[in-house]
Amino acid sequence: MKGPLTLFLLKHPSALIFLSILALFTLLVSLGSEALGSGFISTSFIKTLGKTLCFCLIAIAMDLVWGYCGILSLGHFAFFGLGGYMIGMWLMYERTRLIVVEAAQQAPLPLSAQEIQDAIGTQIFGVVGGADFPLIWGFSHLLSVQLLLILLVPGLLALIFGWLAFRSRVTGVYLSILTQAMTLALSLYLFQNDSGLRGNNGLSGLQNLPGHEQTPQALISLWFFWASAFALGLGYLLLKLIVESKMGNVIRAIRDDEARVRFLGYHVETYKLFIFTLTAILAAIAGALYYPQAGIINPAEMAPIASIYLAVWVAIGGRGRLYGAVIGAAFVSLLSSWFTGGQAPDIALGSYSIKWVDWWQVLLGVSFVAVTLYAPKGIGGLFDHFDKGAEK
Amino acid sequence: MSGALLEVDGVSVSFDGFKAINALSFNIYKGELRAIIGPNGAGKTTFMDIITGKTRPDEGDVRWGEDNISLLNKSESDIACLGIGRKFQKPTVFEDQSVKDNLTMALKNKRSPLAVLFYQRNDEDQQKVAELAADIGLLEQLARRAGDLSHGQKQWLEIGMLLAQDPQLLLVDEPAAGMTVDERNHTVALLKKAAKSRAVVVVEHDMDFIRNLECKVIVLHEGSVLAEGSLDHVTKDQTVVDVYLGR
Repeated sequence: MKGPLTLFLLKHPSALIFLSILALFTLLVSLGSEALGSGFISTSFIKTLGKTLCFCLIAIAMDLVWGYCGILSLGHFAFFGLGGYMIGMWLMYERTRLIVVEAAQQAPLPLSAQEIQDAIGTQIFGVVGGADFPLIWGFSHLLSVQLLLILLVPGLLALIFGWLAFRSRVTGVYLSILTQAMTLALSLYLFQNDSGLRGNNGLSGLQNLPGHEQTPQALISLWFFWASAFALGLGYLLLKLIVESKMGNVIRAIRDDEARVRFLGYHVETYKLFIFTLTAILAAIAGALYYPQAGIINPAEMAPIASIYLAVWVAIGGRGRLYGAVIGAAFVSLLSSWFTGGQAPDIALGSYSIKWVDWWQVLLGVSFVAVTLYAPKGIGGLFDHFDKGAEK
Repeated sequence: MSGALLEVDGVSVSFDGFKAINALSFNIYKGELRAIIGPNGAGKTTFMDIITGKTRPDEGDVRWGEDNISLLNKSESDIACLGIGRKFQKPTVFEDQSVKDNLTMALKNKRSPLAVLFYQRNDEDQQKVAELAADIGLLEQLARRAGDLSHGQKQWLEIGMLLAQDPQLLLVDEPAAGMTVDERNHTVALLKKAAKSRAVVVVEHDMDFIRNLECKVIVLHEGSVLAEGSLDHVTKDQTVVDVYLGR
C-alpha cells in the first residue's frame, strides 16, 4: 500500500532526487565533521554549510512568492532577521541568566530574584545605557513563547503589510519599492538604541546554547546543521506540494495575468496575501536557524541590499523551479564568501590589480544581467528534465 | 421585478470629460442571445467593464438576478462568482499551463485558497473537462501548453473556460477576430449552443458573424442605445446607417 506522499514523490521525481541528495549531503558532512567523524570538515565550515542551508530555505520561499506568484518582494530578509531576533532574545536572556545565577552563587550574600533580574538587565542592556527590560522582552525567559513568536511576529507583519498593499492593488515595481521601504524602515528602527533590541549592537553570543556550556561547539554546530537540513527538506516538500496542487496553477496564473484570474472568480488579493505571509513565515524559520549559527544578529542584516541579493540568488538559480532557488542560493552565497573572504587570488594587471573582495560585486552584477538576458531559466534550467512540472 | 437577468439602468461614465457611456439602459433576459454592435468608441468594451466590475460608473445602477443585487460595489471576482463570465477581445489564456489546467482552474468549484490548496483531482471534474474540451474541439490538445495553440484554438479555449465557470450570463468580446471562415462557423455554433441554457451577449464588428448568430441586436453609439431589433431591422434604420457611414 502506497501512501499519498509516496505516490506524490514518485510522480515528481525531482523532489525525491532533491531530498535524497540533501540526505546524502547531510550524512557526508556529518561523517566529515570534527564532532563525529574524521574532522576533515572544520567546525567553522560546518557553520557555513548550515547557514547556506538556511539561505536555501529562504530562497525557496522567495521562489514561491516571486517565481511562482510573481510578487517581487524585496523585503523578505526583514522576516528572516525578525525570526533571528525572536530566537536570539531567548538565547541571550537565558545564557545571561545562567551566568548571573552562577556568579551569584559565589557571592557572600544570596541575591534576591529582583536583584538577579536587574543584573541580567544590566548585562544585556548596559551597552545601550539601560538596565530595564523593555516590554518586548516580556516572554524572553520562555523558549516556547519565543519559538511561537518566530512564526507570529513576521507572520503578522507580512499579513498587515500585505493586506494594505494588495488590497490597494499595488503591483510590480511599486510593490517591490514598498517592500524595500519596509525592510529599510525596520532596520533603521532597530538601529535606535531605545528600540529595545540593543540598537546597532544587536544580539550576540547566540552560538552558545544555554544549558549546554559543556557541549563543544563542534557538536552544537552539527545539531544546527541537521536542524537546517531538516527544515530545508520539509520546506521543500511543503512548497513542492503547494506548487503541484491547484493552488500552484492559480498562483502561476496570477503571475501571468492577474486581471484574468479575477474574472475567473478567484479573489487574487487573498491568494497573494496567503503566499506572501506563508513565505514570510518560512523566511523567519530560516532566520531563526541561521543566527544561532552566525552567533550575532544586528540591524544591518535587514538592510535593503540583503533582500536584493536574495532576488539575485533566485534569478541566477532559475525562477519557477524550487531546485533552481536552492542551487542559486547555495552557489552564489558560497562563492560570495569565498571571494569576499579573501581566499580568491587577486589578479595583477600591471599597475592595477583586481581585488576580488571589491570586484566580486561587479562580477555578481554582471552575472545577474547576463542570466536575466541570456539564460532566463538560470542554472536550474540545466536540470529541468528531472522535473515535468518546471517551466518550459 | 421585471424578471430580467441583468438590468442596466441609466448608467453613465466619463473619462476625463469624455462620456464613454451616456445614460445607457437595457435589460438582458435569461437564455437570451444578443449582439452588440457599434462603431469604434461607441462604448462597447466600457459597457462590459462596468458589468464585470472593472470600471465603476458615475451614475446609474446595474442589477443582477432575481434578487436584484446591485453589482456596483462588488469586486471582479465576486461578480464572476455570481455567474457572469467574460471573454476578452484578445484571447487571454494562461499560456504556460496546459489546456487541461486552464479548464480545471475555470471549473465551477470553490474559489477560496484553502479549498484550492486541498483540491483533489477527481473523475467527475476530469469528465467535465473532457466534455468541455470535446465541445470546443480541443480534446486531443488537453495535455498541450495553451501557448502552443493556434489563435483560433486559444479563442475556443477561452470560451471553454467561460463555459466551465457555468455562468448564467456570458459576455463575449469580439470572438471572431482573426479567425478563418471555418473557425468562425465553429464559434457561431459554440455560442448558439451556449445560449440554449444561458444568456449570451456578443460584442462584434463583423456583420456576417452577427447575421449567423440570428439574434436581436443592440446598436450602441456614443455610449447610448441607438437602435434595437433584428439585424435587418437595425441596418435599415437611417440613423444607424448615418452613424456607420459617418454622416
